[in-house]
Amino acid sequence: MSILVDANTRLLVQGITGREGSFHTGQMVEYGTPVVAGVTPGGAGKTVAGVPVFDTVAEAVLTTGANTSIIYVPARFAPDAIYEAVDAGIALVICITEGIPVNDMVPAFAWVRQRGARLIGPNCPGLITPGQAKVGIMPGFIHAPGPIGLVSRSGTLTYEVVDSLTKVGLGQSTAVGIGGDPIIGTSFVDVLGLFEADPATEAIVMIGEIGGTDEEDAAAFIRDRVTKPVVGFIAGQSAPAGKRMGHAGAIISGGAGTAASKMDALTAAGVGVARTPSEVPALLRAAMSA
Amino acid sequence: MNVHEYQAAEVLARYGIPTNEGIVVTDPEGAMEAARTLGGTVAIKAQVHSGGRGKAGGIKLAHSPEEASSAAGAILGLDIQGHVVSKVLVVPGVDIAREFYLGVILDRPNRRILVMASAEGGVDIEEVARDRPERIIRVLADPALGLQAYQARGMAFDLGLPSDKVNGFASIAAKLYRAYVDEDATLAEINPLILTGAGEWLALDSKMSFDDNALWRHDGIEAMRDPAEEDATELDARRAGISFVKLDGSIGCIVNGAGLAMATMDAVKLHGGDPANFLDVGGGASADQVAKAFELVTSDPNVRAILINIFGGITRGDIVAQGITEALGRVTVTAPIVVRLAGTNAEEGRAKLAEAGLTAVETMDEAAIQVVAAAGPN
Repeated sequence: MSILVDANTRLLVQGITGREGSFHTGQMVEYGTPVVAGVTPGGAGKTVAGVPVFDTVAEAVLTTGANTSIIYVPARFAPDAIYEAVDAGIALVICITEGIPVNDMVPAFAWVRQRGARLIGPNCPGLITPGQAKVGIMPGFIHAPGPIGLVSRSGTLTYEVVDSLTKVGLGQSTAVGIGGDPIIGTSFVDVLGLFEADPATEAIVMIGEIGGTDEEDAAAFIRDRVTKPVVGFIAGQSAPAGKRMGHAGAIISGGAGTAASKMDALTAAGVGVARTPSEVPALLRAAMSA
Repeated sequence: MNVHEYQAAEVLARYGIPTNEGIVVTDPEGAMEAARTLGGTVAIKAQVHSGGRGKAGGIKLAHSPEEASSAAGAILGLDIQGHVVSKVLVVPGVDIAREFYLGVILDRPNRRILVMASAEGGVDIEEVARDRPERIIRVLADPALGLQAYQARGMAFDLGLPSDKVNGFASIAAKLYRAYVDEDATLAEINPLILTGAGEWLALDSKMSFDDNALWRHDGIEAMRDPAEEDATELDARRAGISFVKLDGSIGCIVNGAGLAMATMDAVKLHGGDPANFLDVGGGASADQVAKAFELVTSDPNVRAILINIFGGITRGDIVAQGITEALGRVTVTAPIVVRLAGTNAEEGRAKLAEAGLTAVETMDEAAIQVVAAAGPN
């Protein structure tokens, strides 16, 4: 078991003929991910890494039975790609694209929710169920199958933590990058709920960062609803207020969104909070044997 | 992207919001002239991208052109929270009967646009939110339909406005919401929004910020950028596709990925050092990007040692190492450098760096400890 993606995933790639799309399609196919279709308007008839390309998502879904989509489309076209995927009946849409205007995501988020679909991202590395499906841009080889569920707002920082877990023999059930934008389709709380319900996940790592209050919401959810051990790390303990730290959503504003506030909330909820990523494996071992 | 008060007022005026129109000047003579043109009492207001202007002495009333000149002289050159005042806005004095707050902002937890109003105008709204949250009226706009007229009227009634003032307020709220959405703002705020003694609505002080990711569809907004208000190095970095934020410490950081860059700063801090900057060089960490990153970091005279932290994912560590040595061939760096390289082909990469005479380590903590030692005591 795992969450969201596995060997039964039938993946469609939107923007498959672009530079990012074609490169990562090759990487995902190589990993063994079941990639069944690609979409580029005007690209029908081509193949990328052996994957057939269609003009529209609806056509691709009809022909291949795709049930999950990953979006590598430039920011100004990405909201349209999200609408197209959901409208074609795709239940799980992963948007890798960085730089989508916030005002485009406000209606997109509401619409995806209303249609009962799930969006992961935007501005995220995607997700991976090791050994089954890599749906994203992460390096596959640092992962290993195992009992740890991981959820993070970051990209390379997630790889850092995954790598440290794999090296000490703690494989992952699924690792989910939810994205660094102010509006993201799937929150910590959503993923924590999925991990809590997943029999293959024995413990959870959550990696947050400054900005917003999603980590505080997660802390409340963990306190009330999560029985599995959780370890956390919050990036940006040394970040100044009022400055955007790379990610559009990583900003302390009006005194809200500090690392200290998030770390305190998690600690109060019984989460083992690491001061550096390297402390995560030991804290996890301790929490799992407690 | 932030803009000045007078620029925000110009935007809001285009949406039909009554603003207190004034004249922007850069010297006391200009202020005198402006005061003469406007006549009567004027207010002289520092134009800087910073709050707390009033408390810092950046806003003064003047009852004559001579007073306007001396007030401008006192304000120009003031340092307000690190922003030096180089221009002032001269506006007509107004007869204030009541002050309100009206603002539009993204409500992140609700993933919707929030319109806020308060009968406590002209004061720090964050303070009101913290100490007297019940004094702020909040209305969420529907993501598809936007702010509805009944919602705006509801706010007016909740503010306790007399019935002949309700529609005027609702119209301004609707226009402010429209400006926020159409211009891709991240903040649109009028504080205070006033009722004059004659019973007219007037936006006395406006503030707007805009979504950097949407500037491509708003030529007019980009044109309002004031380079004097932005850190030159940060601007330079942005043009090269590098995220850079200047900090106060002595350890320069070059990292791939925003989250890892923050975690690297935290590790430096934890091990007794102080980061000189946040820098996300991008996923690929190519020789060009790394060379540019070296330039950015070494332009800061406080930097005494540099930590490069790269987690090679899709980009192989040996390629990254090659990029780093290539970059060092192009840019002169005298500060000691510690490189932490992990991920794909990291061992080969570290061997390459060692050959080039660089300190290359495997873990982030080790790298932080070494770079703090290399920088020496503060």
